[in-house]
Amino acid sequence: MIRAAIALVALLGGATAAQAGIHGTITQQPTNWTAILMFAGFVAATLWITATAARRTRTVSDFYTGGGITGFQNGLAMAGDYCSAASFLGITSQIFNDGYDGLIYAIGFLVGWPIVLFLIGEKLRNLGKFTFADVASYRFLQGPVRSFAAVSTLLVVAFYLIAQMVGAGQLIQLLFGLPYIYAITVVGGLMMVYVLFGGMRATSWVQIIKAVMLLLGATFLVLGVMAHVGFSFEALFAKAVGVKTKLALDSGLAPDEAAAKGRAIMGPGGFIKDPISALSFGFALMLGTAGLPHILMRFFTVPDAREARKSILWATVWIGYFYALTFILGFGAIVMISFNPDYVDVATATLRGGGNMAVMHLAHAIGGNLFLGFISAVAFATILAVVAGLTLSAASAISHDIYASVIRKGDADPAKELRVSRATTILLGISAIILGIVFEKQNVAFMVSLAFALAASGNFPVLVMSLLWKDCTTKGAAWGGAIGLLTAFVLTVLSPVIWVAVFGYESAIFPYSSPALFSVPAGFIAIWLISLLDKSPRAAIDKAGYAVQRVRSETGIGVHSPADH
Amino acid sequence: MSIPDPADGAAVEARIAADPRYVALVRDRQRFSWTLTAITVLVYSSFISLIAFDKPFMATPIAGGATSIAVVLGAAMLLGTVIICAVYVRRANSTYDARVAELLKDVDA
Repeated sequence: MIRAAIALVALLGGATAAQAGIHGTITQQPTNWTAILMFAGFVAATLWITATAARRTRTVSDFYTGGGITGFQNGLAMAGDYCSAASFLGITSQIFNDGYDGLIYAIGFLVGWPIVLFLIGEKLRNLGKFTFADVASYRFLQGPVRSFAAVSTLLVVAFYLIAQMVGAGQLIQLLFGLPYIYAITVVGGLMMVYVLFGGMRATSWVQIIKAVMLLLGATFLVLGVMAHVGFSFEALFAKAVGVKTKLALDSGLAPDEAAAKGRAIMGPGGFIKDPISALSFGFALMLGTAGLPHILMRFFTVPDAREARKSILWATVWIGYFYALTFILGFGAIVMISFNPDYVDVATATLRGGGNMAVMHLAHAIGGNLFLGFISAVAFATILAVVAGLTLSAASAISHDIYASVIRKGDADPAKELRVSRATTILLGISAIILGIVFEKQNVAFMVSLAFALAASGNFPVLVMSLLWKDCTTKGAAWGGAIGLLTAFVLTVLSPVIWVAVFGYESAIFPYSSPALFSVPAGFIAIWLISLLDKSPRAAIDKAGYAVQRVRSETGIGVHSPADH
Repeated sequence: MSIPDPADGAAVEARIAADPRYVALVRDRQRFSWTLTAITVLVYSSFISLIAFDKPFMATPIAGGATSIAVVLGAAMLLGTVIICAVYVRRANSTYDARVAELLKDVDA
């Protein structure tokens, strides 16, 4: 236990090897009043929504699900949950620096959605009520499976949340010119307000508004970029290659080397080194989506499986569109800001204000101060909305899965359950602020990819096996899931990212940078093997319960609508 | 749809499970969703493998211009992901939902 805790601290404390996301030195900018005013306007609007939502949040169900929204609205909110500021700033900046590699990340993030849609989305809505543990534990003994689900939710949320908090702090320094500690406190405080008073309804609407603003803002920027190159992609790419070639020439390379370096941005580069790491990383991104608790929770905000299905389609449309935009923006930044001394330190060819500022400088180049303020406010709102969603999923894991279902055995007083949920939110908010300060210097993208790997190795196998395999048992789901989760964690510690970079050993015991290719099968095999060996009386009940669960998951008979409770 | 009474709940499910239309529906839908899943995994794995094993091929320009094969394939991945989701939702919303509705209508009656 203590060793695990030390490993955890080491893991959080030193991982610096990830390639995308928030990176580079951060320098505080002059206070940006336009951005602050824009942001204040956004906060005022969303607080008003929260107040309205709070008046309509009467029951536990309202608090967790928001009382039902349409598939289209939920799809936008899912896209909002998913397109984090790390994507927007990190991927565009990575493309600005290295070209094509940034797109590999983006495609991996998107390609998990069809899997969710085809295999688990509708069944999840048909069986679940508030959290994915409702589904995972449907025919099992509630205690063990819900406990596993709650622990796994908290772990995944912790890594994701810390990453977002650290990202928020750095962004505020960059964009608003406020000190880091203020920024973290503002984010943590606002997130608590949204979740405490508005619950899921407020969180959904903050997500929806933010998603629309992000998509509109990015679209406007892309139009600016395309107008600059005469609306020709070929011209955009050719100009970008020209810029990179000239930069290489200026740095003293021979003409043919410079030309090769310029061309390099059009193909995959050093981001993915060995094939196994590449596949493993891809697996983590693809299957992790299907295991992220705050995304899974979004399936319970719609009335039925049909709307759940539509949610995923709309989410895929908006996320795909968003990533296509970021790709163009990255190349647009290469073309439009590379030689401008206001944005780039020409002597060292680095972005002013830190490594993630590419799209911000582009916004300024295209739309001036006012538009920079708008994009800054959107970027901050993005973080705020994502942390609110994460907090809500962690709070429901504690109040619904642990308190109401395990401790009170499903017989909790709804008012008390709400109180537990709100107390958890406050605790989470305070810890998020503290952790955000403690882990200020850590790499954000690495923690996000670890959260994906954990979700893919623990939650995803449990969901799939409990939904699709009739011989799965309580023991198999609870222990098998735990083994998948633990494998992902241990392999990460033994990988070069921690073993070499943090502990300082010469070579890593586990040579690949992502564990998913091994830990996801480990989770599946563990569930299969333990279920197979499980001869307990409970195992017979678990297997017998499959028939009813199957009919319900396929037809939606007996479905819990988000309004009833 | 209201929650069925627990006492006769299992009986309703047993009746549905025995219905040949249910059996056919589950078989069709399962075949369809696993086929689409296999296509998704296969296409994505091939894409990542190309990146891992053959970077020079990916960097090859198209028609001597600046646009590379990698860019076109990447854009196709984004578009293809959306299209395959749309294909599933279209079929589920028309065919499968109608079949489920018909099944449940008879059961309730």
